[in-house]
Amino acid sequence: MHQRILLSAIIAAVLLLGSVTGALRAADDAEEEIKRYREMIDDPMANPAFLNVDRGESLWALARGQKNVSLETCDLGKGPGVLEGAYAELPRYFADAGQVMDLEQRLLWCMERIQGLDTKEILSRKFGTPGTASDLEDLVAFIANKSSGMTFHIPLDDPQEREAYAIGEALFYRRGSLLDFSCATCHSADGARIRTTQLPNLTKPGPDARATMGSWPTYRVSQSQTRTMQNRLWDCYRQMRMPPPEFGSEGLTALMIYLAKQADGGTLNVPSIKR
Amino acid sequence: MFLRSNANGLRRALAWPIVAALCATAPAAADDTGASRPDAATVERYVRDMWSGADGEWRKRLQQDETQAVCSQFRNAPPEDVAAAIMAREASTVVYPADGTLLGDWQEGEKIAQNGRGGQFSDAPDAARGGNCYACHQMAKTEVSYGTLGPSLSEYGKLREFSLDAAKQAYAKVYNSQASLPCSMMPRFGVHGFLSEKQIKDVIAYLFDVESPVNK
Repeated sequence: MHQRILLSAIIAAVLLLGSVTGALRAADDAEEEIKRYREMIDDPMANPAFLNVDRGESLWALARGQKNVSLETCDLGKGPGVLEGAYAELPRYFADAGQVMDLEQRLLWCMERIQGLDTKEILSRKFGTPGTASDLEDLVAFIANKSSGMTFHIPLDDPQEREAYAIGEALFYRRGSLLDFSCATCHSADGARIRTTQLPNLTKPGPDARATMGSWPTYRVSQSQTRTMQNRLWDCYRQMRMPPPEFGSEGLTALMIYLAKQADGGTLNVPSIKR
Repeated sequence: MFLRSNANGLRRALAWPIVAALCATAPAAADDTGASRPDAATVERYVRDMWSGADGEWRKRLQQDETQAVCSQFRNAPPEDVAAAIMAREASTVVYPADGTLLGDWQEGEKIAQNGRGGQFSDAPDAARGGNCYACHQMAKTEVSYGTLGPSLSEYGKLREFSLDAAKQAYAKVYNSQASLPCSMMPRFGVHGFLSEKQIKDVIAYLFDVESPVNK
């Protein structure tokens, strides 16, 4: 394990150095460099996010909370305890909760209902920092990895899922705050860039949405942390000059089911690694 | 003008005001997923829930102005009558500098064009606000890190022969992009007070000063 941490640290350092030197060259070269490093480290033994996968595996089996039981009976949509393929079908409608949930929402629900766990403490660590691991990021990395290689299947066969999709679509186009931004401001054109960063067009089904959604959760080299879509959307709203959105809120889940639907049929390769 | 609206725009033009004004419960036309378009009131309910913890000045940012609301509803493709109303409304907001000068300091303008900070919840409240022009536009050719969401502004002043009229139009564009292009993706920097009058002048100098690297 220590060897793996050391290796991960070295790879992360190399990747950072690669990003820095790449940025000094022409824009296309930088993109090419990042792509090359991404391919080089696309190895479960080298991606630091697999440390989160390992921790998530332990957390899934850890008995805790008032009821001192594990999460192993939690139903993520494919039956109690079934992990394989669960992430590829989320968000989805859960009849027992009476709402559409993404993975984090579902995990919080299971922590409260099954374990009797204080989720306030869990949410105080919703995003990991260098000194503090996030149980949610660890669990998502572990569970999403159980769908790696599988394809997104978002049939929207429940009316509540269709409603969430429609809300998510409306939120995607909702402009506001000090700069009039919406998600669509950056993500409705083909092949556009912000600075040197390529922007996926997420307004339609296809390769952009598949590549984007199929690569979260991801290890973000710029943050030295493994991040999930909850964090990515929180970060988008930060840039849109909105206040921080509530973690696990229904609106974020609605946005996620809209995005996941655009990625329908796309292959998951997670956890990935990104700038 | 109203009759020349395209069919899609007309359908939206008819559907939305009715849904919004009467709070009709009947869903709008279904799209290819079978999902109905939610009415604006429903979307705003989700918005309030997503930001239930926001207060004070931050809470105000949840409130859309009329232009933001209609551009959201029409997904930035407003029918002609709505577009005309947006332009008229937005044009009335443009405030030109009282002292009559449009060009400030191009070197300060360059800093503003490069700076993408200010107004984010990760920024200090008093952090200098930037226009972040380079995020979307090519400007000086020596800066290779530029985005492509907006048109290239290289040699902007030079191509317009440094005309005062063109500078005035550019000032209006930065102050309120939607005074000339309804539902433009570009922020309305002056309307929101995101950039000050001095900052906008500095940006205009970056575009129009003969010495500016934009015109080299």
